Amino acid sequence: MAKAFLSGNEALAQGVWEGGLHFATGYPGTPSTEILETIAARFPEVECQWAVNEKVAVEVAGGASFGGARAMATMKHVGLNVAADPFFSLSFAGASGGLLIVSADDPGMHSSQNEQDNRYYARAARCPMVEPSSSQEARDFAIQALEISEQFEAPILFRMTTRICHSKGIVETGSRKEVPRKGYKPDPQARVLMPSNARKRHEWALERARKLEEFGNTCSLNRWEKGSSKVGVVTSGVAYNYVKEVLPEASVLKLGLTWPLPWGLIEEFAASVEKLYVVEEGDPLLEKDLKAHGIRCTGKEVIPITGELNPEIVRRGIAPGSARAQAREPAPAPSRPPVLCPGCPHRPVFYWLRRMRKSTSGDIGCYTLGAIPPLSAMDTCICMGASISGLEGLEKGAGPEAASTLAAAIGDSTFIHSGITGLVDMVYNRATGTVLILDNEITAMTGRQEHPATGRDIRGNPAPTVDIPALCKAVGVERVQVVDPYDMQAVRAALKEEMARRELSVIVFRRPCVLKERSRKKSYAVVDPEKCTDCGACLRLGCPAIEHKENHAWVNPLFCYPECSMCVQVCPTKAISKKTDQ
Amino acid sequence: MSETTTNVLLCGVGGQGVLLASEVLSAAAMLSGRDVKKSEVHGMAQRGGAVTSHVRWGEKVHSPLIETGTADVILSFEPGEALRWSHYLRPGGVILTAKEPIYSVLVSSGAETYPEDVLQRLEERAGRLIPVDALQEVTALGNPRAVNILLLGMLSVFVDIPADHWKEAIQARVPKKTIESNLRAFERGRELAGS
Ligand SMILES: Cc1ncc(C[n+]2csc(CCOP(=O)(O)OP(=O)(O)O)c2C)c(N)n1
Repeated sequence: MAKAFLSGNEALAQGVWEGGLHFATGYPGTPSTEILETIAARFPEVECQWAVNEKVAVEVAGGASFGGARAMATMKHVGLNVAADPFFSLSFAGASGGLLIVSADDPGMHSSQNEQDNRYYARAARCPMVEPSSSQEARDFAIQALEISEQFEAPILFRMTTRICHSKGIVETGSRKEVPRKGYKPDPQARVLMPSNARKRHEWALERARKLEEFGNTCSLNRWEKGSSKVGVVTSGVAYNYVKEVLPEASVLKLGLTWPLPWGLIEEFAASVEKLYVVEEGDPLLEKDLKAHGIRCTGKEVIPITGELNPEIVRRGIAPGSARAQAREPAPAPSRPPVLCPGCPHRPVFYWLRRMRKSTSGDIGCYTLGAIPPLSAMDTCICMGASISGLEGLEKGAGPEAASTLAAAIGDSTFIHSGITGLVDMVYNRATGTVLILDNEITAMTGRQEHPATGRDIRGNPAPTVDIPALCKAVGVERVQVVDPYDMQAVRAALKEEMARRELSVIVFRRPCVLKERSRKKSYAVVDPEKCTDCGACLRLGCPAIEHKENHAWVNPLFCYPECSMCVQVCPTKAISKKTDQ
Repeated sequence: MSETTTNVLLCGVGGQGVLLASEVLSAAAMLSGRDVKKSEVHGMAQRGGAVTSHVRWGEKVHSPLIETGTADVILSFEPGEALRWSHYLRPGGVILTAKEPIYSVLVSSGAETYPEDVLQRLEERAGRLIPVDALQEVTALGNPRAVNILLLGMLSVFVDIPADHWKEAIQARVPKKTIESNLRAFERGRELAGS
């Protein structure tokens, strides 16, 4: 046993590696991304790859499991919506090699478009679920989950949350156990899910759940920590830590195998305490199940449904009056909304759209920040891919006139993920909109992952490359052009022309993300206060390197991006120039 | 647990090196034989957004998050950020902060004003406040990127982690070429905090 300081994501990667995982895939998404990145960086024994999207990831992992390998697919919570179709069916079909479907939920929406509790999916798909509470458990439970998956022929929904994924703790680690691949054994009766087979598999899945319930009563994933008989708490996931912090003397039933629920254990625990709380982050799932089972408990009466839990919320809920310190009110402080980086190639597109009084049917990625002042050029952002299909729908719903005030704005990774199908739909159904593909040659928002159009795979090796403009032409878009977004006038001209035209067109704005290929140049913009008329043109770029001082603009040389000259180009009095230090 | 647990909240602006500082701090605490938990959130922006990290160490640490009103030290890279998180400070706690404000695009575009009396407001909320001209200090030492290590030097005066563990943690985590200048920044931080 060695000790390492690992995030939950790193620890999960460590665990599946120790547990003999053969194959891992997934699509990036905060807070799940580092699981696959860790495998790619540290564990060469595990074959690992980025998938085009989550549906494909789950299907490929399912196929690998059918093929007898231990396999995993990782994604953020909304990714499981995209993958829900194969997920439900795989639960009926069953696993051969151990199969983990990792869903990383984001309570509090630190970096997500919605707050959803993916524990519902386990119940809905009758798929067993495992939830760790710490980095150590992420490692330990991953090893056990692979075993359980094979024992019960079930995919396991391995549910993480932001706070588990991105907190670090000390983890005792071990070495890898090589597990032989089982080889491929066809089983069409289980895996060809046509009605006659699927009916039987539904019964089979229910029976599997009954066995897992039994198993849960004694399995080490569920732990009874004996304490005072006055107060007992049933809890799982990150909430466990807060319970231990605020009620160290309470009895705790800490559930790690959280579906199906171990009723024998729960009944016994509930009977052993005078007052029973259920402390869970998100929806009242455990609580409702307990109440439906006839067990009296207090849950969401004192613990909120929305947002992320933390120690003070749990204290207020189950241990009011025990606070050591008088909690203070937050002081009013200047807000600091997220912004596009200095030099970000997405900026000119939104800058000009705003100036032209146009906007976008938006999508998800760094460029969603084009919605925030002063750029303020986005009307919608729903889910990955919806920019293109949403613009098509707007044209159907409000007519081409209204639709022509918007262009669809979508990133390169998002386009590959789920924009292509929308574009085909536009071509087929004769839409006339303008689609802007903001191609920074990387999946930037989630920390710069490769994808099928970047020319590299997850381990940085050269890979076959999707040619985005050629693909757009191949599906039938006739007007496709590529523009360098650092050329401010070219961006403006292209937008003006294509948005005025009643014809489907694609503009690919191509320039690598500033964090992908960091410039070594020591060059920065300097404002001549004499020439600066304080007109605010450069400030409308919303660049965090540009500040306003008394009566002129000022560029912070530490933040300024060397290759970028947007502010130089938009300054009407030529007060800004680039200076290069030797 | 807070009787035996030390809580440090680090905060600043994306790109300032806050997360490296919290890595170094956690590593130093771990070297000194403690249970350690660290938590941070990767927000939407890669650069320029508010960044915080919670680091807790002691005999046994459960929660990865500090409870409000229990932080022993707030280590801040930007004074407005210290103000934002100041309700985490325990009564009598210490705020160590770089003095230089960084204006957000909202402040620069005139949509918001920056509280020019920010240091005074921090003073009112802290048991002790030590503001420093961090950027000026490290620039004078030849490494304008060493603000994070300078601040850790200041922190080291207020927490119980042996000097050797600090040095080991720094050496293992900063770029090789900058080890010397970073160690100088650490020492300078200690002086500034009055060791
Ligand atoms: C279904 C789903 N999967 C994953 C994510 C996480 N996510 C948000 S945006 C994004 C991709 C961003 O890459 P790109 O489209 O290239 O834009 P960039 O950030 O580079 O500007 C990802 C993976 C999500 N929000 N929804």
